[in-house]
Amino acid sequence: MSLLSILPFVVIAVITLAGALAAATLPNLMHAALSLVLSFLGVAAFFILLGAEFVGLVQVIVYVGAVAVLIVFTILLTRPAVGPGKGRNWSGVLVAMAVLAGLLWALARTTLPAGQPIAIAPLTVLRIGQTLMTEYIWPLQAVGVVLTAALVGAVVLAMEEKR
Amino acid sequence: MIGAGIVKGMAVTARNFIGSYFEKDRLTTVQYPEQRDEIAENYRNFPFLVYDGNDPGPAGLRCTSCKICEKECPPQCIFIIQDRDEKGKALKHPKVFDIDISVCMGCQICVEVCPFESIKMDKRFELSGTDRFKALLLHKADLAKSNDYYHQIRPTEAAAVDAALAEAAAKKKAKAA
Amino acid sequence: MTRVIDGLDQIFVIAKAFLLSLLAWAPDWVVQVVSSFVNIAAVLGVFLVLFALISVFERKILARIQNRYGPNRVGPWGLLQPAADGIKMLVKEDIVPGGADKAVHFLAPIAMVAPAILALGVIPYGRNMTAFSIDAGILFFFAVGSATELAVFMAGWSSNNKYSMLGAMRAIAQMVSYELPLVVTVLPVVMIAGSLSPDRIVDAQSGYLLEIIPKWFVLTPWGAAAFLLFFTAGLVESNRTPFDLPEGESELVAGHMTEYSGFKYATFFMAEYFGMFAVNGMAVTLFLGGWHAPCAFLQFIPSWIWFFSKLSVLLFTCIWIRGTLPRVRIDQTMKLAWTFMLPMAFTCVISAAVWHFNSGGILGWVESLLIVALVYAGLSQMLGARKHLSVRTYRFAE
Repeated sequence: MSLLSILPFVVIAVITLAGALAAATLPNLMHAALSLVLSFLGVAAFFILLGAEFVGLVQVIVYVGAVAVLIVFTILLTRPAVGPGKGRNWSGVLVAMAVLAGLLWALARTTLPAGQPIAIAPLTVLRIGQTLMTEYIWPLQAVGVVLTAALVGAVVLAMEEKR
Repeated sequence: MIGAGIVKGMAVTARNFIGSYFEKDRLTTVQYPEQRDEIAENYRNFPFLVYDGNDPGPAGLRCTSCKICEKECPPQCIFIIQDRDEKGKALKHPKVFDIDISVCMGCQICVEVCPFESIKMDKRFELSGTDRFKALLLHKADLAKSNDYYHQIRPTEAAAVDAALAEAAAKKKAKAA
Repeated sequence: MTRVIDGLDQIFVIAKAFLLSLLAWAPDWVVQVVSSFVNIAAVLGVFLVLFALISVFERKILARIQNRYGPNRVGPWGLLQPAADGIKMLVKEDIVPGGADKAVHFLAPIAMVAPAILALGVIPYGRNMTAFSIDAGILFFFAVGSATELAVFMAGWSSNNKYSMLGAMRAIAQMVSYELPLVVTVLPVVMIAGSLSPDRIVDAQSGYLLEIIPKWFVLTPWGAAAFLLFFTAGLVESNRTPFDLPEGESELVAGHMTEYSGFKYATFFMAEYFGMFAVNGMAVTLFLGGWHAPCAFLQFIPSWIWFFSKLSVLLFTCIWIRGTLPRVRIDQTMKLAWTFMLPMAFTCVISAAVWHFNSGGILGWVESLLIVALVYAGLSQMLGARKHLSVRTYRFAE
């Protein structure tokens, strides 16, 4: 594992973690949302580093392009960006600690493969498309129905408000 | 059909665009100050004094300093001092004839009331100067321009004025005779 | 003779190979990094010059459409006007509003121009002349396009100005709505070409019928409709007239760019133009055959000249449309996207599928043309009929 192969991983990891930490701790809500965008971009970079180009780029389109815009709009329309600091939410800290403990326990019990990584066929869009259309056709249709329901629900909610 | 209006609009602008290279009336811009637009004959800006012949002195200047234009000017921008000889007798000639063109509004009333056809409207408008006060106060020397100049800028009007003056002079001669 | 033609065609590739050969002594990763930098420098250099030229040509073409000269004082025919504009922008005082969020205010222009430049990296400019040849290039293009929306929001919100915020919201609403027609119109092209890589898509449009008719996608029924829709959606994405409500000068001063002065405003301006170049470049790649020549015997002209000529024609059309149409209201923009462009885009997909599965026979052409034409006529009827416009009668005062 030469320096050259580990350097991109370290850089992206630092950026992602810094973004996530900033998103969790910054007092200014807008800044926190934008730091979350930075960590989304870091995750997308990880996907691309692992060779899953399609997933990485779709991560940018969906998370940075849509979810982040949704988050900032929500913040904008519902509360002032810089609210008074309310002190720590101790029950939240407890829950977060519990989740962290659980994740660390799961990590400690995983046996990572030693030696060279297993060679798999590159994950091209063609393969994804073929798999979606043959093996996973029913989940695809189900997700489509759920999304359509969400879309129709959003339109109905917005329309109701106007009346 | 959706888009039909857009296509028609684009045809109009295309005609304008291509026509601007070939037809004169699709590109009417005058590249001032290298080119200048034609000014109409009746355009007027600020007044000037007419002198006959070549002498802007008492012999040629038509103005007799009767001061009617000074009295009639609405914003009172004309300032006249009559010339007096050594004995103090008034001469029919202005010693000082100043027009403040920062005040003059170009109403032409001075031209209309002048009995001697001596003050007429000029057409020059590029009169900017670097000094706020001195450049905008025109003196007799700046204002006196020859009758030939008057013919140049207002041919028909100058011809009519000359005909009227000649007729009046002929009538006076006939009466004197 | 063919060697001269090929040399001229590949002149930039050869120049870059020569530059890299000077570094043959360096380790592999250095050569790779330098190669990437050379590509980036080339793209940036070309498009900065093109940006300067287009800014002055836009003003001159708009002027001619409006029966006047454009800027013609600064250089011969006014061509040095961008230099004067650049100097003006650089020496202007950089004013940041007192209540603005300094960090976000500073980052917004950068976040706006970075995706635009990234998008320019995947377009094939000539034979073997793509800056970064990515397998999922089209997806990358749309990914960076969606990052632009966040930058617009950052600009509008950080200015602490309700008009900027309003402009930013309108801009985002427009951009998000038109992402859909933009992506769906690309779908038929990707389907027929079978790949998401722009290079592969350009290759799929090579070849000539009877030596004079090129096999570009724009010359098919579904391709023509998809091209018009993509071009229009591209105009919206780059906030060009008639869809420039977010920066409408008479309404919102400069929308989300109101509180920016000097160099930051120039950066926004540049980002908008780069977005226009990227979308038009992608339109050339997807529909107009990329760097291919229109006839077989014109192939001696280098490929990059063909690409930039087609790009220039599209940019001229953008400017022509700007000179022709008035601004569209925001609700009219939304209605156009959701009621007209999206159904037409899906029709193009179906039409392309029909065309493809008839294996290029005459029946396929006729059927796909019929599908597109019928849906277009139907939508025009439905959407136009709602207006109930009667013949206009005039009453004059007597």
